[in-house]
Amino acid sequence: MSFTPPKEVYNGKVYTVTISKGAKAVTFGGENVLPFHSFEGEFVNKPVIAYEIQDIAPSEWPEQLRQVYAAVGDDTVKWAKYVQDELKAEAIALRLQGTHPDSGNRSADDAAKTVKAVLDNIDVPLIILGSNNVEKDAEVLVKVSEVAKDNPCIIGKAQEDNYKTIAAAAMANKHKLIAMSELDINLSKQLNIMLTQMGFDKEKIIIDPMCSALGYGIEYTYTVMERIRLAALMQNDTTMQQPIVGDVGMYVWKIKEVQASEDILPHWGALTPRGIAWEAQTACALTMAGAGLLIMRHPEAVKAVNAFLDEMM
Amino acid sequence: MLIIGEKLSIIAKRVREAMAKRDKGPIQEIAKKQYEHGARMIDANIGPAEGQEDLMEWMVTTIQEVVQAPVCLDTTNYDALEMGLKVHNNEWGRALINSTSNDPERWPIMDLAAKYGCDIIALTVGKGGLPADAEERSAIAAELMARAGEVGIPMENIYLDPLVLQVATTQDQALKVIQTIRMFQDLNDPPMKTVVGLSNISNGCPKQMRPILNAHYLSLLSYEGLSAAIADAEEIVTTVKTIDIFLGKTLYAHSYLEM
Repeated sequence: MSFTPPKEVYNGKVYTVTISKGAKAVTFGGENVLPFHSFEGEFVNKPVIAYEIQDIAPSEWPEQLRQVYAAVGDDTVKWAKYVQDELKAEAIALRLQGTHPDSGNRSADDAAKTVKAVLDNIDVPLIILGSNNVEKDAEVLVKVSEVAKDNPCIIGKAQEDNYKTIAAAAMANKHKLIAMSELDINLSKQLNIMLTQMGFDKEKIIIDPMCSALGYGIEYTYTVMERIRLAALMQNDTTMQQPIVGDVGMYVWKIKEVQASEDILPHWGALTPRGIAWEAQTACALTMAGAGLLIMRHPEAVKAVNAFLDEMM
Repeated sequence: MLIIGEKLSIIAKRVREAMAKRDKGPIQEIAKKQYEHGARMIDANIGPAEGQEDLMEWMVTTIQEVVQAPVCLDTTNYDALEMGLKVHNNEWGRALINSTSNDPERWPIMDLAAKYGCDIIALTVGKGGLPADAEERSAIAAELMARAGEVGIPMENIYLDPLVLQVATTQDQALKVIQTIRMFQDLNDPPMKTVVGLSNISNGCPKQMRPILNAHYLSLLSYEGLSAAIADAEEIVTTVKTIDIFLGKTLYAHSYLEM
């Protein structure tokens, strides 16, 4: 008797999300199976990696990462063009870190000018992120939504305390929206329900269940992502069928493992490859859990993850 | 849990009058409301319908004109059933015949289920009186399954109905029916489907008590694995959604009742 491998039966499907800028577009989501289970159904869209850039010089980033962008880091438009033209970014994630009250407190109008300038100079899709300050993001993201209205983007992140304002702006200007909750699957579902109840198209939401770096609670992120996918696929829960984003770089490039030099901790190995490996490992793990969009910082880490994804697809 | 919306019964005056006048308005209004509250099948109870064989045909088309769901054809009238099955739109699922039993007079209906490939409720009662306990119900179920198998009905098309009785007059039967739900499932692999006429439990009880009795009884039956209930969707929808949360069939969110 021959052996037939058992196959899981799924009832649901993840929405497909496409963002485009002119002729260039990226598509993620769309699977009707668990990540990479193409032997059980459709897993056709390779997860997309967006390069993170900022509206201010990345002075908070570790030295070995800053060096990569040394020539462009103090000019957002140059930085955008660099990741697009030299690093061949499929998509760019512009984080408006400078709008945070503790990081310069740039005005919403200034942020809008930066967004406009970047959009005028790139031809890959753009993700626009606030500074994760609930009050300021509500102000900034409304303004940038308006200036970006001719170029549908992904904007974020909408959270429980500011989603109404941000979602209304995204809806009015035809953007997609990242909905973030803090490592709690039930609150993630609740936020999606509240967004759709205010009229936001459920197929234009991207779920951010909150990321964490390897060694810093990644298992929490992993399990929330995995359970979101199981609810979407096994229970056909339409409030959980949105693609998931992993905001990886931000969480990796602040931990001690990517900052402590080999002089101090020789048994940890060389610092530069260690940081790259840390970001790549974190990102790969999250694609296994269900992330379809990754936001990353180091080109070598992006390369490593892309090689992994090519092998898995 | 499949809710089979029960409000379209000839026993109700408004429905009876609409049936008599072939007035689609009230029928469609009730069917739509049941669907909106989560019923995914609509029960059409036309009684014996002697001399009214075309009534089921009219009911099926009237319901399916406005509701995208299969119909549960509730009558003992063979010809009416067949006329209804002929026009039933299977796009949203198979029709369900309500019902056959171990009474020889109800056996011919099984041929219709085989002929039209639809589902059928098998009520586990015989000609001689009501079943005493879970064991007796299961014995009748086994006989009905064998008979259904002979005429070519797949086991997956059968819903076994243990016959819920009034708690007000036969209290001990309430628990026996709960036990039967588990026992029925063990009669086959994959497990047999089960259905109850839920509101029977509160028949004869004060009106304001009935929703309470129905809801709690449904919780216990659900825990034992009940597949479907013929009930007023509007009345039991919050109970069903809450049960689905506790049984892990739906992911909890504060707004789960609104979904």
